[in-house]
Amino acid sequence: MTSMTGAEVLWEVLAREGVDVVFGYPGGAIMPVYDALAGARVRHVLVRHEQGAAHMADGYARASGRTGVCVATSGPGATNLVTGIANAMMDSVPIVCITGQVASRLLGSDAFQEVDITGVTLPITKHNYLVARAEDVAPTLREAFFIARSGRPGPVLVDITKDAQQSATEFAWRDEPVRLPGYRPVYPIAPEAIDRAVALIGEARRPIILAGHGVVAAGAGALLGQLVDRTGIPVASTLLGLGGFSASHPLSLGMMGMHGEAWVNHAIQEADLLIALGMRFDDRVTGRVDTYAVSARKIHVDIDPSEIGKIVKVDLGIVGDVAEVLSRLAPRADFRDLSRWHDRIGELKGDSAVRDIQSLPPSGRLYAAHVMHDLHRLTAGQALVVTDVGQHQMWEAQYYRHDHPRRLITSGGLGTMGFALPAAIGARFAAPEADIWVVVGDGGFQMTAAELSTCAQEGIKLNVAIINNGYLGMVRQWQQFFYGGRYVATPLRNPDFVMLAEAHGLCGLRVTAREEVAGAVERARGEPGTVVIDFRVEQEDSVYPMVPSGAGLHDMIRRPPSESPLVETADSD
Amino acid sequence: MSKSRTFITYVEDRPGVLNRVVSLFRRRGYNIESLTVGRTARPEVSRITLVVAADDDTARRIEANLYKLVNVLYVADVTGAAAVVREMALIKVAADNGKRAEILQLCEVFRARVVDVAPDSLLLEATGAQDKIDRLVEVLRPFGLLEMVRTGAVAMLRGQPAGAVATAPEWAALDRAAPDSRPPMTDEFAAA
Repeated sequence: MTSMTGAEVLWEVLAREGVDVVFGYPGGAIMPVYDALAGARVRHVLVRHEQGAAHMADGYARASGRTGVCVATSGPGATNLVTGIANAMMDSVPIVCITGQVASRLLGSDAFQEVDITGVTLPITKHNYLVARAEDVAPTLREAFFIARSGRPGPVLVDITKDAQQSATEFAWRDEPVRLPGYRPVYPIAPEAIDRAVALIGEARRPIILAGHGVVAAGAGALLGQLVDRTGIPVASTLLGLGGFSASHPLSLGMMGMHGEAWVNHAIQEADLLIALGMRFDDRVTGRVDTYAVSARKIHVDIDPSEIGKIVKVDLGIVGDVAEVLSRLAPRADFRDLSRWHDRIGELKGDSAVRDIQSLPPSGRLYAAHVMHDLHRLTAGQALVVTDVGQHQMWEAQYYRHDHPRRLITSGGLGTMGFALPAAIGARFAAPEADIWVVVGDGGFQMTAAELSTCAQEGIKLNVAIINNGYLGMVRQWQQFFYGGRYVATPLRNPDFVMLAEAHGLCGLRVTAREEVAGAVERARGEPGTVVIDFRVEQEDSVYPMVPSGAGLHDMIRRPPSESPLVETADSD
Repeated sequence: MSKSRTFITYVEDRPGVLNRVVSLFRRRGYNIESLTVGRTARPEVSRITLVVAADDDTARRIEANLYKLVNVLYVADVTGAAAVVREMALIKVAADNGKRAEILQLCEVFRARVVDVAPDSLLLEATGAQDKIDRLVEVLRPFGLLEMVRTGAVAMLRGQPAGAVATAPEWAALDRAAPDSRPPMTDEFAAA
């Protein structure tokens, strides 16, 4: 037992939980914690806005599989975290958010910078705590880390009053497991459910596996590979599932959903069995639910029982960790001759007209699809790509083929513009050797561009590819398709991004033609510091195919065929 | 088919737990018909009885979502099970000398008790299932209801406490999985 302040205990517990970096911003109600940082074994990264701190913790967690940590002060510091917390909640990312709070005697008095942050974050955290006594700091933080990372991961917020940070307590580290009587992170898998799944798979003639974020989170890629190799069942991925199953595998179909591959969506609609692994039938994945895969029986494997039957009625729900379920299922599922089904999918692929990239009119302009395709080639598909939200995000998902898990980090459920740059800063600490590319639109970049300062101050190397079309591109696309082409509030007058990079003491490059792409990418990779590349792309290009909101999954808007299509295909290298 | 469902829930008796439960129902759009919270035989545990309009699938997800709350210890959907469900009402009804005897007769039929008598009103206390209270209220209404308060339902299974009631074959796997991972709250309560 040693006597320590609550603030000192905090850093001690973080270090013992294996935390090597936290992202944060100081302020009045968290100053005792910052004062104690001097003696801590944890690195602190000073952000420019607390939203960035939450996204950094999120990016760190996604890239590493560990729990990310962010720190903010009370009031505005805490509320600035909210978007980042909601983002982590929607995508089931384990982060622990530590906020300062006014002294306990002032709680409820509308004191300076007081906000009821546990109340505010109640629906967007997996759990949260208000700590008002120094002796509660250690046990609460241990529970927070345990809850954040176990079961279906998620954000946990710990709000600590200033007096709890300042007052002394006897600290002794206890190694025994956290005991939470009401918390059930995992349920035992029922053997009968596995029997039933084996039987359903045995009867299927046109099965498809739908691989989601749960495959990545559970580290179940190899087990999924076993199942696929034994059974010959093709795999479609959700956006967050990309990389969970190698895109180079012959039975990898690609992405499903609103901007998924046309043949994938058609195959799902024709399937007689869907095996959904760690995904939640988001509306961007299903399209109109009452016409979704109507002839398919459905097996839904998810660690969260409340997801089963939420959107799509299933024939068999299996509650469990995807890796656990696959380790029991894969050895028992038998090889079937699915060649007719493979042939049919091949036909759909052929029917799906030529790939988007081939149908681009040869206008001499730079297309985002080209940038993504070239980036994939130039980085040999090995980069860690962090994308923002919008058109560029979909183009990345379509044209950058990910063979490894945790090599695509993107905001899926919440669709948070401004996510990419800070998330990439977090990912940098999880993957110090990785070739990290931030792929971001000109709109989203400006939401958190201040974090370039963080890159400069902390000596963080990132490659930032701004896909600059001078519009809020995805909204512009919807305006073009569904709002009579009225481009209201979507054209952007941007700063000079090259000068903006230079203003931060960083390297800025501009690319306006396709033949300049390779040179700029090589140059960026060679620079020791963060590089911003302003890719000036075709302004009014759209993402195809597109399932309009509320339409059936088979009901896609396709790119109008070009009169003189480009000869290159996405698979040409 | 949506119908009234009764859930028995044990929660840790900590600040904000009721807020978490209610917030869940608000956020997911589940419609609470009644909610009653109170102490149990154990000081650190509270018991919530919830009556919610829900179909079978929704009921299953309500249970699963309640279990996701860290402070929720046990949930049982006792709809259709052999359970005693009771609520209490205090009813102040207009009653002058001419009507008092008639009202007292009705009270006997419904086993309601008179807890206060004023010159022109009676204060009645009634306990029973919701439909019994409903019927009492209807027969008293013509006399003039001056004031009424109802508690919402509390429920308890007859005999041994039971776990969740299976609602559809596809959920069987879930049901069998659940008891192992639940704390032995039911047994402790049976003994208490």
